[in-house]
Amino acid sequence: MEALEGPLLTIITASTPLLLAALGELVAERSGVLNLGIEGMMAVGAVCGFAAGYVTGEPIAGVLAAIAAGMAMAAIFAVVTLVFVANQVASGLALTLFGLGLSALIGDAFVGVPGLGVTNIHIPVLSDIPLVGPVIFGLDPLTYLAIALAIGVSWLLFRTRAGLTLRAVGDNHVSAHALGYGVVRVRFIAVLFGGACAGLAGGYLSLVYTPQWTPNMTAGRGWIALALVVFAAWLPARLVIGALLFGAVSYLALYLQGRGVGIASQFLSMLPYLTTIIVLVLISRNQTLLRVNTPACLGQPFVPDR
Amino acid sequence: MRRLIAAASAAAIVALAGSSAGAADLKACWVYVGPHNDGGYSEGHDKGRQMVDAKLGDKVETSYVENVREGPDAERAIERLARSGCGIIFTTSFGFMDPTIKVAQKFPDVKFEHATGFKTAPNVTTYNARFYEGRYIIGQIAAKMSKTGVAGYIVSFPIPEVIMGINSFMLGAQSVNPDFKIKVVWVNSWFDPGKEGDAAKALFDQGADIIVQHTDSPAPLQIAESRGLHGFGQAHDMISFAPDAQYTAIVDNWGPYYVKRVQAVLDGTWNSQASWEGLKDGMLVMAPYTNLPDDVVAMAKDTQAKIESGELHPFKGPIYKQDGTEVIGEGEQLDDDTLLSMNWYVKGIDDQIPQ
Amino acid sequence: MAVLSPVIAIALTVFTGFFIFLAVGVDPFEALYVYFVEPLTQWWTVQELLVKAVPIILIAIGLSLCYRSNTWNIGAEGQLVAGAIAGSVFPVLVPEWNGPLVLPVMLLMGIAGGMLYAAIPALLKTRFGTNEILTSLMLVYVAQLFVDWLARGPWRNPEGHNFPDSRPFDGWQVLPVIVGDDVRINAIFVLIAVVVAWFVLKRTLTGFQISVLGQAPRAAAFAGFSQKRMVLLTFLISGGLAGLAGICEVAGPIGMLRTTVSPGYGFTAIIVAFLGRLNPVGILFAGLLLALSYMGGEGVQIALNISDQITRVFQGLLLFFVLTCDTFIFYRLRFVPARSAPRAAGEVSHGSA
Repeated sequence: MEALEGPLLTIITASTPLLLAALGELVAERSGVLNLGIEGMMAVGAVCGFAAGYVTGEPIAGVLAAIAAGMAMAAIFAVVTLVFVANQVASGLALTLFGLGLSALIGDAFVGVPGLGVTNIHIPVLSDIPLVGPVIFGLDPLTYLAIALAIGVSWLLFRTRAGLTLRAVGDNHVSAHALGYGVVRVRFIAVLFGGACAGLAGGYLSLVYTPQWTPNMTAGRGWIALALVVFAAWLPARLVIGALLFGAVSYLALYLQGRGVGIASQFLSMLPYLTTIIVLVLISRNQTLLRVNTPACLGQPFVPDR
Repeated sequence: MRRLIAAASAAAIVALAGSSAGAADLKACWVYVGPHNDGGYSEGHDKGRQMVDAKLGDKVETSYVENVREGPDAERAIERLARSGCGIIFTTSFGFMDPTIKVAQKFPDVKFEHATGFKTAPNVTTYNARFYEGRYIIGQIAAKMSKTGVAGYIVSFPIPEVIMGINSFMLGAQSVNPDFKIKVVWVNSWFDPGKEGDAAKALFDQGADIIVQHTDSPAPLQIAESRGLHGFGQAHDMISFAPDAQYTAIVDNWGPYYVKRVQAVLDGTWNSQASWEGLKDGMLVMAPYTNLPDDVVAMAKDTQAKIESGELHPFKGPIYKQDGTEVIGEGEQLDDDTLLSMNWYVKGIDDQIPQ
Repeated sequence: MAVLSPVIAIALTVFTGFFIFLAVGVDPFEALYVYFVEPLTQWWTVQELLVKAVPIILIAIGLSLCYRSNTWNIGAEGQLVAGAIAGSVFPVLVPEWNGPLVLPVMLLMGIAGGMLYAAIPALLKTRFGTNEILTSLMLVYVAQLFVDWLARGPWRNPEGHNFPDSRPFDGWQVLPVIVGDDVRINAIFVLIAVVVAWFVLKRTLTGFQISVLGQAPRAAAFAGFSQKRMVLLTFLISGGLAGLAGICEVAGPIGMLRTTVSPGYGFTAIIVAFLGRLNPVGILFAGLLLALSYMGGEGVQIALNISDQITRVFQGLLLFFVLTCDTFIFYRLRFVPARSAPRAAGEVSHGSA
């Protein structure tokens, strides 16, 4: 039983940044905006979070800075795609590029510097229960935030008026506009939320996961987050499962190597990506689930008619 | 803000240097595969460059290019340096080997030094450090300190340099505890903190209680620190990242070598060679021994002294391959060529080398 | 306006660049000169610029066909690698074969490799409706890991002291140089591709189908144009071109199959495709401009000690500005005076350029 504790903790912490980034993107996509720039927003969030934490000595400053940085990047994207109605795919790629480059420029002064690290929560009796204790009651604060966020987003989307409006805007922006909903305003807020989450995910990497800053430390997680959103059929609950699954498969690849399994490390490293493809294909076969949940206007530019 | 000031003064210096071009007798240039301040391998070379600045700054101007990807980009970067007046160019990663040779052919008057490679030319030298000597020492420390008798070894790619390191570590460990075991994980990168950290976690979860790495980020040590376990730093003293976890580190010390070679160019005595020096010549140093009991520190220092004096050679026989065949017998020693193309594990390692 | 827009975008980028260099603490005029002008002043750097631009333009042409029909192939990098592997089969496994036929066979196999690899996301989309952005992207990682394994393992040079990378190609296996020291025959392939693509788009039915499918999918459906056929066709074309670019890189500048075959050409090509506004001639110029930005980035690194990451910042900015300026081509800006009903003071309405 003890042997399970380590792997479970590792998998959960590995899945947290994915979950955070994907939740934000889920909200943005539900409002009809496809933001491929998660990687860029995460990178800038990571470097700003690290820098703020390092300079002030307070992890909370780092967290807030990461969120703000992500939102700032998302704002650029929002202006380009919502006000100037530019192609969302291209704009997202531009954001990724810009964000990665900018983060490296800002981070130049912080490479090779040890970071703060955020300590895990410790509840006196509960955290000490073997296996269950640390896994459920001994995680770091941001992981709990991610789970709370998942619950919150789910509740917001499906049980509130605001969530209904958001989904309406994503499903049929023409009708929503006709009904008087501020399509651009709703989408703007959704995209900003997506940026905040992506920034936070990046901050998690540089403050908690591996407390340091290195260029390209996001290592493609932004793209995985995108896949997870589709994977989850735009449902937050499934997103949690998807993030854990991806974290588990990635961990398994390394674990198997340590076990001495004779498969080449490159093939083991392919596992997460191949798994993603397979699951995506399986999901696509469930047309009903997709039809109900895919925002129908995803990626389409919105221009109100006269 | 401090970047602004630092960069502004750098710009001022560049402007001044531009106006007084020709004041330096020689321009020495470096090519790094990573950032100059990566806290690991490339930074080690940059520290060496800074030593050249400090010792020979009145006669030599130094500069560098960083984040150069191996391949055609490298060839272009090296050529650019050659064209901009560099008299000696140090290319610091194995993957720069062919680009270095190609550019060297075009610029026969420029001297090139390639780290960790094996191709030389009239104007190309190769240089490397006998890191395996350090690995032997940390192998002994690991075997002494490990409670589970298992170390986790995080590595990048199965090249001879890395295999040599693993074998040397194992031989050192076996000299203290013949039943010592290691578990090897390949992360397919020299520098990927996320993956290295995950590999460390996976290894710790499987019963290893000491972590060794041949990758460049401090992430594995940070994980060790967070779990109250221990490990060894790589290329750079990583004590600031893991004050309670690091026992020691194998620190690259390219500075004295660089000063020596640049001085040789200034003196006109430079010639092409294949240089492979070790602890004795200070090409590598062991970081201060920390978090260790005195007797282990004494043992480590003793081993180091023996290696430096030549009394002890990590690859002295008898040495057996994994399948039991004897490679060399008692009293013999593996020669450099065998070491430089090593692709087999010593007996006692259970994993297979990826083929 | 259609030509003016990218020019304005470039001007805006340079303008912003001025301030970025200022913020980083270097002389902005010198930096801009080193970045944008200096690479053009020496024959050597011009050659290097062409060498870098050629694979990017080649791939971007293929991608533009995809994007015009609203098919999002993000996996060109993986198709490039697949082409490089496929094209290297003979030089690596049968190195003795060194006659005039080797190179054409290598190139054809490279194209085939890229096409086959691109067929995977295409088929997954047409048969199962799976999102091609994600599948093509995941396959990039798979391809990169596979070539890493090949070059370190079974295809490693037997005389390489157990170091990675394949045996170097020689003789007929190497892509010949045609201009100066470095510009090779793949530059001709690019020119051919530009002309053919232009012709296909402007004068053939297929080109028309591509355009209509992208701009008015419903009209296309009514006209009987098959979306599925087009997805397959555009993926195969872009995959083939990416594969060609891949084998040309391996047989040319690199000269062997290495563990990494491309510094991200497949992704840069995506940007170039958009910068060139999905037009073959535009892509030609956009590719040259982007190659210039790479040269410039390396130049400022050496001359002014600025991190080369500034290149990515510039490229991202350039793309943002191009996309934003495009709005003024696609839409007409109209200012509507505020009335009693709450309405925005400025409103964008549909127009035609």
